[in-house]
Amino acid sequence: MKSLLSEAWLVASKDLRIEARSRVLTNQVAPFAVLVLVLFGFALDADQRTLRMFAPGLFWVAVLLCLLLAVQRSSAVESADDAATGLRMAGLAPAAVFLGKSAAILVQLLVLELLLTAGIIVFYGSSVKNLFLWLIAGLVTALAVAATGTLYGALASGLGVRETLLPILLLPVLAPVLIGATRAYDDALGAAAVDGWAWTGLLAMFAVVASTLGALAYGALVED
Amino acid sequence: MPVIQLCDVVALLGRFPALAGASLSVEAGETVLLQGPNGAGKTTLLRLCAGLVRPESGQAQVLGHDLSVDGRAVRRQVAMLGHATGLYEDLSVAENVSFWAQAAGLDKSLAAQRATGALARMGLDERLLSLPVSRLSAGQRRRASLAALAVRRPQLWLLDEPHAGLDQTGRNVVDELISDAVAAGATVLVASHELDRVRSLNPRVVTVAGGLVVKDTGGPK
Amino acid sequence: MTNPTSSVATTGSPGSRALGLATLLGLVGLLVLAFVLTEPDVRIHPSTGQEIGQFDAVRLLYLHVPMAVITYVAYSLAAFASAGYLIKRTPWWDVTAHAAAEVGTVFCFLVLVTGSIWGRPVWNTWWEWGDVRLMTTLILFLMFVGYLALRRTAADPRVQARRAAVVALVAIVDLPLVNRSVEWWENRTLHQKSTLGELKIEDLTLFTLMIGFLVFLMVFAWLLLHRFRVGWLTLAAGEHQVAAAIKERRAEADGSEVASAVGETS
Repeated sequence: MKSLLSEAWLVASKDLRIEARSRVLTNQVAPFAVLVLVLFGFALDADQRTLRMFAPGLFWVAVLLCLLLAVQRSSAVESADDAATGLRMAGLAPAAVFLGKSAAILVQLLVLELLLTAGIIVFYGSSVKNLFLWLIAGLVTALAVAATGTLYGALASGLGVRETLLPILLLPVLAPVLIGATRAYDDALGAAAVDGWAWTGLLAMFAVVASTLGALAYGALVED
Repeated sequence: MPVIQLCDVVALLGRFPALAGASLSVEAGETVLLQGPNGAGKTTLLRLCAGLVRPESGQAQVLGHDLSVDGRAVRRQVAMLGHATGLYEDLSVAENVSFWAQAAGLDKSLAAQRATGALARMGLDERLLSLPVSRLSAGQRRRASLAALAVRRPQLWLLDEPHAGLDQTGRNVVDELISDAVAAGATVLVASHELDRVRSLNPRVVTVAGGLVVKDTGGPK
Repeated sequence: MTNPTSSVATTGSPGSRALGLATLLGLVGLLVLAFVLTEPDVRIHPSTGQEIGQFDAVRLLYLHVPMAVITYVAYSLAAFASAGYLIKRTPWWDVTAHAAAEVGTVFCFLVLVTGSIWGRPVWNTWWEWGDVRLMTTLILFLMFVGYLALRRTAADPRVQARRAAVVALVAIVDLPLVNRSVEWWENRTLHQKSTLGELKIEDLTLFTLMIGFLVFLMVFAWLLLHRFRVGWLTLAAGEHQVAAAIKERRAEADGSEVASAVGETS
């Protein structure tokens, strides 16, 4: 178990170090996240009161779009110079590679969620009523989508059509997460009267199932 | 026991039979040159021995492991240099070598120790080591890849056209690597079109064509 | 060039033709029952005395409900066969999973379409976001559209089979979570409120519904059988190709051995 975690840590820190060097998240994905919020503003042509009502849903749609980019990037890093074969040759446990890559995506998503929260506060006039719920629901959702995304990133890789195949594979599966996270944030941001904690429980269950399935299936998926 | 024992191995790439019944036996410490036209199956043969490609039929044993059962067990003991560099472009040479060493199971301090030695051996200037790989030339990247592999001190080296695209210095470095590996008792398989260079190492020459081993200057008779 | 050496020109067989004929007859019978012999849903409002109800729209009941049941049968089979493939790794499981998923998706699409057409006059809307069954079916449909898209990529057949199996299983595991989340989300559902609840399902209506289940089961079986056979023949053709390719490859070897003997290797 210890070596699994240390191997995962090795992979996660490698991915995060690559991000720190290449700054794809900060230079490309983060601006894209803000852009999505702005586009929604234009498209909905609404006053702040209405936007505030929709903010939780728009927030999570923006997160999902950023997830697609983050997963694509995570996968591209390995296929660029065939480092993926190197990972197979090195003998790392596939579950460790899965956990490591998911963890790296998780960290990036948390940063994006922070940015997007600031975004909806500024652009939509939202406010965080329940800080603890906002934190936990955000964390749990990020975990759920990072794990699922990493799994589907492997499913869609190596076929030459990853960019177009990933969304149609990944997003329908995340429908319950979108529903749950939006309701949880409805509560946390005071946009609607819902039981956010109940939804967070469902999201936590999703996160656990996704991580387990991902760790188990990843090995079979990266083999030729 | 032979390091590599292949008997009538068929290996498919999708539907295409890259290997159509290849047989080869290599003892420990041998140096083998794989030659043959492009598309003959040399790369697939190397990848099979690395445990990356599963044999469709036939017997395939490398370092005592049966490849049709589990190719994974072989991989850590083998170093494979393919056509791609296998390096992370955004990380520096030193970071790459350190990562790959730790990935192969070496602990951090041992990895760092061996990395310094391997990089020096590959003739990479110290100033290059902290540069991101994307700033290096193709030849320098190749040498960095070899350093990353050398750190593992593998029993079996599989080199797919290691000289290709390198300048004179680079080629000399590759030759030295091969001699060092041979001196250390490792088995080396090199696929190359650079017959003259490799011939200086007095290798056994195996000719591959049409997915088969068609000529062999050594091996069991 | 290789030709499939099998002499089979179609995927039909005496058994499947008999089934096909029976299915056609059944379909005709069902359509007659559904659209001619059964009564439209007409009720008298207790206080106003007006005629209310679904009128002729209710006839879609006999198509929509059986097809919905078959959709779940098909996808369950696809999931079961996917699990079977991952455990046994033999092609039969993979071809079955693919066939069941494909036929199931056709049925799922028809369920959504007939449901929408039925819903328009009855609920006064083409689509209802709050409805649990509708949402779950839509997500299920989209998940398997993704599955079929993956199936069409030009991947190594074994790689594709493995990945598709994982996609199918994850989709099925996800389904209860989808259902639960939509259910919590909107407690109301048009499905539960009306339609089957208020109709008097008895006598001829019940009989027609039962016939509907039977007939669509036969349609499913017939389609599945043929789709399976197509998949199986494709697989066999692929294997013939490989065997022929091996022969060609070895012949190539003989040719270049001569060339290398003459000293022409590059």
